[in-house]
Amino acid sequence: MRKIVLFLVMSTVIVTLIYSCQDAEQLEYQTYYSNGQTLYQTYCQNCHGEKGEGLGLLTPPLTDSLFLKNNRTVLACIIKNGATTPVTVHGKTYEEKMPAFPKLADIDIAQIIVYVTNSFGNKMGMYPYADINKDLKSCATR
Amino acid sequence: MNKLCQSIRFVAPFLLAICCIACSNDKKLPFYGQREARITKAADGTEKVDTVYQTIPPFRLLNQDSIYITQDAFKNKIYVADFFFTSCSTICPTMHRNLKTIFDAYKNNPDVMFLSHTIDFKYDKPSVLKKYGQKLGVDGPKWQFVYGTKEEIYHIAEHDYLVAVQEDQSAKDGYIHQGWLVLVDKHKRMRGAYDGTKSDQVAQLQKDIAILLKEEN
Repeated sequence: MRKIVLFLVMSTVIVTLIYSCQDAEQLEYQTYYSNGQTLYQTYCQNCHGEKGEGLGLLTPPLTDSLFLKNNRTVLACIIKNGATTPVTVHGKTYEEKMPAFPKLADIDIAQIIVYVTNSFGNKMGMYPYADINKDLKSCATR
Repeated sequence: MNKLCQSIRFVAPFLLAICCIACSNDKKLPFYGQREARITKAADGTEKVDTVYQTIPPFRLLNQDSIYITQDAFKNKIYVADFFFTSCSTICPTMHRNLKTIFDAYKNNPDVMFLSHTIDFKYDKPSVLKKYGQKLGVDGPKWQFVYGTKEEIYHIAEHDYLVAVQEDQSAKDGYIHQGWLVLVDKHKRMRGAYDGTKSDQVAQLQKDIAILLKEEN
């Protein structure tokens, strides 16, 4: 009887430990996502829209998962430095300039990327802020 | 107690009647801006008091096709006017995204038009406005984009449509302005102003356009 109780207690502890580890990861993602949403509303939504729908041929939509996937490491550069070269999204070309947001910190950019790449029909998971620094270094030489 | 019941019984039909009249009365839009009373004399010598409401004075501005347009373009039309600039990355895209839903709703109604004034007199020349309209997806005479000198446009904004606009070096894009969508009736009177950045107010504008169209038919 005693053994069974001991076993039950031990297994509960182990399961809780594993679970809380996953929880911490999940929690970090959720923090990124919800902060990213607030940042998106402040800096991006005016042009890109509440649902990432874009605006005519003036602003590209953010619903092209393939574009986001192929350009995932360039997203930080685009957000921080703006964009002056035309982009093709959903087969349409968008020529307007995107303004730069140089004041955004790496963590802000990471959170915006997590929000955008996991909303509007996209599901690309976490993007840690440590990667942003790396991404930004390579866009300076571009 | 009995007395109270009796008086309620007496008053109730009147209240009901008032309610019914109030409900069946078609809603009328208010008049914006200054107003004055003008006394006119009829042929038989009797005096009549008329209310004169503020109207949009005549203008002559270059549109997106580099053609001067005047109020003749809006003769017998109701229109929605606003102030914006093409390189604006703050409130303008939201305003025009919202206004475009109304444009699409009244696409086939020739009595409704749109008039956007640019406040960026340095950069937004007619060719820039033309491209902007095309890219927004509203190319055509129904939605007019107009360009004028700083004096012209800023005067029209502040004195005629009562919208605050300003050049401001410290602002992100160089200008600041209010996001009002102003509804103007067939007699050039302002009948409503709606915050173009708020979707509930834009929905109200769409409803009010329907009321205004009925009122004047």
